[in-house]
Amino acid sequence: MTAVRLRDAVVLLGSFPALAGVDLEVERGEVVLVRGPNGAGKSTLLHLCAGLLRLSEGHGDVLGCDLGDDRAAVRRRVGLLGHDTALYGELTAAENLQVWARASRVDEADVPGALERLGLPTRLRDVPTDRLSAGQRRRVALAAIVVRRPELWLLDEPHAGLDSEGREIVDGVVSAAAAAGAAVVLASHETGPAGDLATRTVTMAGGTLAEGLEP
Amino acid sequence: MTAWRGLSLFAGDAVLVASKDLRIEWRARTALGQVLPFAVLVLVLFGFALDANRPTLRLATPGLLWMTVLFATVVAVQRSVAVESTDGARRMLLLSGMAPAAAFAGKAAAVAVQLLIVEVLLVPGVVLLYDAEIESLPLVVATCVAATVGLATAGSLLGAVVAGVRAHQTVLPILLLPVSAPVLIAATRAFADGFGTVAVDGWSWVGLLAGFAAVNAVLGAVVYGLLLEDT
Amino acid sequence: MTSPEPESAPSEPLIASYLGGPARTGSRFTFWLGLVTLIGLAGVAVLGLLAAPADDVQGDSVRIIFVHVPSALGAYTALGVTALGSVMWLWRRSVWWDITAHAGAEVGVLLCGLMLVTGMLWGRPTWGTYWEWGDVRLVTALILFLVMVGYLSVRALGGDADSVATRAAVVGLVGGVNIPIVNRSVNWWANRTLHQQSSLTDGKLEDLTLFTLFLAFVVAAMAILWMMMHRFRIGWLERQLRARDLDDALAARRAEAGR
Repeated sequence: MTAVRLRDAVVLLGSFPALAGVDLEVERGEVVLVRGPNGAGKSTLLHLCAGLLRLSEGHGDVLGCDLGDDRAAVRRRVGLLGHDTALYGELTAAENLQVWARASRVDEADVPGALERLGLPTRLRDVPTDRLSAGQRRRVALAAIVVRRPELWLLDEPHAGLDSEGREIVDGVVSAAAAAGAAVVLASHETGPAGDLATRTVTMAGGTLAEGLEP
Repeated sequence: MTAWRGLSLFAGDAVLVASKDLRIEWRARTALGQVLPFAVLVLVLFGFALDANRPTLRLATPGLLWMTVLFATVVAVQRSVAVESTDGARRMLLLSGMAPAAAFAGKAAAVAVQLLIVEVLLVPGVVLLYDAEIESLPLVVATCVAATVGLATAGSLLGAVVAGVRAHQTVLPILLLPVSAPVLIAATRAFADGFGTVAVDGWSWVGLLAGFAAVNAVLGAVVYGLLLEDT
Repeated sequence: MTSPEPESAPSEPLIASYLGGPARTGSRFTFWLGLVTLIGLAGVAVLGLLAAPADDVQGDSVRIIFVHVPSALGAYTALGVTALGSVMWLWRRSVWWDITAHAGAEVGVLLCGLMLVTGMLWGRPTWGTYWEWGDVRLVTALILFLVMVGYLSVRALGGDADSVATRAAVVGLVGGVNIPIVNRSVNWWANRTLHQQSSLTDGKLEDLTLFTLFLAFVVAAMAILWMMMHRFRIGWLERQLRARDLDDALAARRAEAGR
């Protein structure tokens, strides 16, 4: 079943066409790497698939929900890791995830397990997240996605700011999700390590997409 | 059954958002550390401005008190907006899938609790500093509650209007203060009755405050989702 | 107000919907409307300042009603248009109504200012003070003026056109809903209005005064329509210009990809 289907998608940010006509299909179980230079429109693409942006032109549906009038349903079912971590700095990692779990109607009991899986040391769980390092905050943000177990994972530069141990953990989490039938879209400006994960790579430039075969 | 379940989910989400905001405020200590001293300072400065003239101060007490609360509302709402603006945190509210009306109720409730704390300090403050005497405690309490809900709902709604805008600190007062005119008028009149300085029917003013609160709560519940999504 | 495309549904292709339409703010209709309005204004000035008799009690100051009352009615009508347009944007995402709401607010601020200034000028000789706190309509009008200024300051924030439209629409809606509450509260608070209860119906006005006032209403309505139409078309052209730039921007954006 198709998780993402975009047809000639145009997204305007102000009067700037961040996406200038994108056609993309992602199947469940696939890990698609979107690579391209800064400003190519990768982050906009992920935000669109998360139901956070309106389509200015074109059509799209995500997990069977229309991106025109059913974005609320899309938002409930995806996991998004953006440039920013969407964490409340004054709250601890555990508190952030508890609020998130309760708001998303998923089991709060999974929170400690998720933090452990992302390798956040136990002593850092109860520290306000604005005192954590950038890499540690990203681990917490990823744990939030793990807690939700979404059908579509949208990860923007998943390796950014992570040490090699962190990158391995993330890769493991992502492949496990794909093996369990979730669709994954990764965005990265480099082919580098994230490429090992991908089952397919597409190249993006100028707000459009060119499907390529490079690994 | 389903209606009850929907209502309890709504209430649960609202409490979740409110307690999250209050916990953040408690850690950051902005409300307690800045708003409260500011409010007390204003009371003292009004004393200087009116030349410590006790009869004048007593007469002006309700108005001075509610002016102070109004300023505190602007600060509290600005904080409430800033909490969601840092590091894309507002996305949590959107992606969680909770009803936007519940998120609005939670944000407004957190502001209301902070304002009530300010009022709990200010009312004894004017009794001590301005020689004011409370004649009807129930009236004073009812006024505080109704006025606070109105200010918190109108403030949170207009706060969401300017969220994410660079100039939000200056635009918010321009939007909030004119709309708050009925609260200032009604709460001042009701307090004038509650403190026994003017013989008016304070309870009918409480009714007007409740009407203001209800109207702005409904408006906020309806349009908050559109603001979250569009801005 | 009149445009070739009454509404733009959100699902419509954005670019196609903006092609075509007027390229300037004037049209044959607004030209004649403007001309008739100018003649009408001259007529009101002659009738109001020279022909209409001075009032027995108020003297010549009564002549200010020929500006004051029509601008007051116009200001509240404009607020209504802005509130309605705000609802239609939030409900249906109607670009037509969004631009109309903006036009209504700008015209409304002007009329509201005119109403306040003329009201104060009239108040000085009549009540002996420029500003009377006890007057419900004057105080309400001031709050209305401030709310509309707030609306325009939100409009001026800049950024994405749709997001500015939503922000402004909420302000328009909040203003439209709360102004009656403001009026109610000021009414109870003052409880001693000095304002003229309608002099139109109590039969004290001379026939010529009544006729001049009637003419002033008609001319004011025409002037408001004229301003709204021009202001609407400016908004429409702004959107159109942005849409035309968008085609270029899309082409430039795609060119980055080397296609």
